[in-house]
Amino acid sequence: MSENKEDMLLLERIRAGDRSGCDECVRRHAPGIYRLALRLTRNEAEAEDVMQETFLSAFKGIDRFDGRAELRTWLYRIAYNAAMMRLRRTRRDHVPLDEASEPDDGTPVPQELYDWSQVPERELEKTELRAHMEKAIGDLPGRLRTVFVMRELEDLSTEDTAQALGISAEAVKTRLHRARLWLRERLAGYFASDSRGTRR
Amino acid sequence: MAHQNCRDLLDGLSDYLDGEASAELCAEIRRHMADCTKCRVVVDTLGKTVKLYRELPKAEMTEETRERLYKVLDLSDFLRK
Repeated sequence: MSENKEDMLLLERIRAGDRSGCDECVRRHAPGIYRLALRLTRNEAEAEDVMQETFLSAFKGIDRFDGRAELRTWLYRIAYNAAMMRLRRTRRDHVPLDEASEPDDGTPVPQELYDWSQVPERELEKTELRAHMEKAIGDLPGRLRTVFVMRELEDLSTEDTAQALGISAEAVKTRLHRARLWLRERLAGYFASDSRGTRR
Repeated sequence: MAHQNCRDLLDGLSDYLDGEASAELCAEIRRHMADCTKCRVVVDTLGKTVKLYRELPKAEMTEETRERLYKVLDLSDFLRK
């Protein structure tokens, strides 16, 4: 049975007041919702709060879910909104992740052209490199990061990401591409510094 | 990435790497890369970047976090099942 079909059956159970349906929904979707919230808030306690708010809000408003989006997409949208509200409330100095908050800088033109594509696999598996990549993802400009996390780390389709964020599919594709170029630049800088022995 | 042609092709690189670019664009990018070392480096390292982040381990919530979620949702009785 397709995931979508399973979710529709699950939805019927939750609407009928079947608590085991709620349990199954949480088991299926909480890990992804938690990871998304963690990427957006970058704080474990806040991610936990966002996850709790997401499921409380979803179960309370389950009758408002019209089935046009997938259940998972709907949950991601609730989680995204909950994270945005929290960030606006708690961090006055925070750079917002949502629309209208950042200028459109266009496609970043690659500057660092050090060729690290032939670096041996064992070098790429190093913890230090992974930590650098995690840091780079955390540093992505907000509106690029949200799309990047949904599309690439949580594997939502372009259309589902667009639905969850209320933007066009074309905007999702553009932002994902820019996020990739942005991360490439950071990694190229990392390897270039490494080759010159100047990495800090 | 100094030439106009390099910049024109830049926007299509994700589609190219994802296998979603048209045959025409693929051919144009390959043709360009054969002559432009800088673009070849960008394409190769961009592809490697994608591979690297897709291999990152996924964060997991702790058992305590899961228990608190179930408690908030009044589903704690399902934790033991």
